[in-house]
Amino acid sequence: MADEIILLDFWPSMFGMRVRLALAEKGLKYEYKEEDLRNKSPLLLEMNPVHKKIPVLIHNGKPICESLIIVQYIDEVWHDKSPLLPSDPYQRAQARFWADYVDKKLYELGRKIWSTKGEEQETAKKEFIECLKLLEGELGDKPYFGGEKIGFVDVALVTFSCWFHAYESFGNFSIEAECPKLIAWTKRCMEKESVSSSLEDPHKVHGFVMGMKKKLGIE
Amino acid sequence: MAEEVKLFGRWASPFSRRIEVALKRKGVQFEYIEEDLSNKSPALLKYNPVHKKIPVLVHNGKPVAESLVILEYIDETWKHNPILPTDPYEKALARFWARFIDEKFWAIWPAVKRAILSREKEREEAIEETRQHLKTLESGLKERKFVGGESLGFVELAANVIVWLFAAQEVLGLEILTEEKFPTLHEWSQRFVDDAVFKECAPPRERLIAYYKVLYGASTASK
Repeated sequence: MADEIILLDFWPSMFGMRVRLALAEKGLKYEYKEEDLRNKSPLLLEMNPVHKKIPVLIHNGKPICESLIIVQYIDEVWHDKSPLLPSDPYQRAQARFWADYVDKKLYELGRKIWSTKGEEQETAKKEFIECLKLLEGELGDKPYFGGEKIGFVDVALVTFSCWFHAYESFGNFSIEAECPKLIAWTKRCMEKESVSSSLEDPHKVHGFVMGMKKKLGIE
Repeated sequence: MAEEVKLFGRWASPFSRRIEVALKRKGVQFEYIEEDLSNKSPALLKYNPVHKKIPVLVHNGKPVAESLVILEYIDETWKHNPILPTDPYEKALARFWARFIDEKFWAIWPAVKRAILSREKEREEAIEETRQHLKTLESGLKERKFVGGESLGFVELAANVIVWLFAAQEVLGLEILTEEKFPTLHEWSQRFVDDAVFKECAPPRERLIAYYKVLYGASTASK
C-alpha cells in the first residue's frame, strides 16, 4: 500500500525544514503544501486545532504536530533507513536533551536579535553565542552530533543555520568568528544533498526577515 | 550486576514527583536526594551543568535531565510495564499531549503567582489569563481517557501538574477551577487523588498549600 504523506509548512520556518530534512534522509516522497500564516487553510486548522501551527505531517490522513515529535515519528515508522536516533537508551536521552535545548533557547534568542535594539539586542546576541558555544562543546571532535552520520540533534539545529546570515546582518556580528567549529559543522552538513535541498537560501531568509521588520515597524 | 539509580529532586516539584511515580511503577529501587534550590549541591551542578535544575536521574553514574526525557529513558531502560505506547502514531500523540500539558502549566503557574502577589486590575488580569489557559488545557484533555494505577501512562504522568493547579487555587483563595466549567480537570484531579501509585509519591496536600502560602506571602494578600 502506498503511503500518503502531506507536509503543511511555511517556507522560511526552521521547524518545517527539520521535517523536510527528515523526509529527505529517509528518501520519502510527499506532497508539500505552503501555508499562508495570515490566512490559515481549513486543513491546517482541522489537522492542528490545538496550536494552529506548522509544520504538520499528515500520514495516511492522520496528523502529527510539533517538529521534533514529527521527526521522531518519521524515524520510528521508517526505521530501516538512515536512523536519526541511536539505539542505546542513554545516547537517545542525550540526543533528546540537546534537541530540547535547541528548542528552548535558539528561536527566541534569534527572534530578539532581529527584532530588538540596544541593550536587549546585545544581551540576546551574547546569550545566543553562549548557546552555540555550548553546542560546539557537545559536538566536540565528532563530524556530526550523531557521530559519523547526521542524527536527531543535527536535524534539530542545522535548519537554524540558514537564518544565521539574517541574525548576523541585523545583529551586526559574526557567528563564524565566535563559533568556527559550529560553522564548519554547518558546511559539512550542507555537503549532504538531504540538507542542502531542505534548507532555504540564507539571502531569501534575509529578505523575509527584512519584510517582517518593515511590517512590524522595526528599524 | 548491581544497579545504582539516584534521583535528585524536590518534594514540592511535580516534575521530580512524576519521576518517582515512574520508577515506583517499574519497581526500580532508587536513592532519593532532596535538593535545596537556594543552595544547589555540587553533585547537582555536576550532573546538570546546562540547566542546574531538578529532576536529574543518575543511572550508574550517568546523568539524564529534563523530566519528559527522563521518563522516556526510564521506559526504554526498564522495559516491563511500558509507559509509552508501542505504536508510533499513539506514541507521537502521547508526546504531543505531555508537551502541551507542560507548556500550559508553565503559562498558568506564573499567572497564578502574579494573581497572588498583585492587587486590583493587575490581579484581575492575571486571574483572567489563568482562566484562559485553564480553558485551553480543559478542552485539550477532554477527549482523553485517564489511564491509571499500574498503567499510568506518559500523558497521565505529565498531567500530575493538575494536582498542583488545584493546590495553587487554594493558595489564591479563589475558585477558578469549578467542576461546572472544568469537568475534565476535576475528573483527572480526583483520579490522581484516588490512584494508589500516584498517592504513594504525592506530597501531602496541606503541606504543599502551606508551603506555597508562605513562599508567595499569600497570607498577607487578602484583597
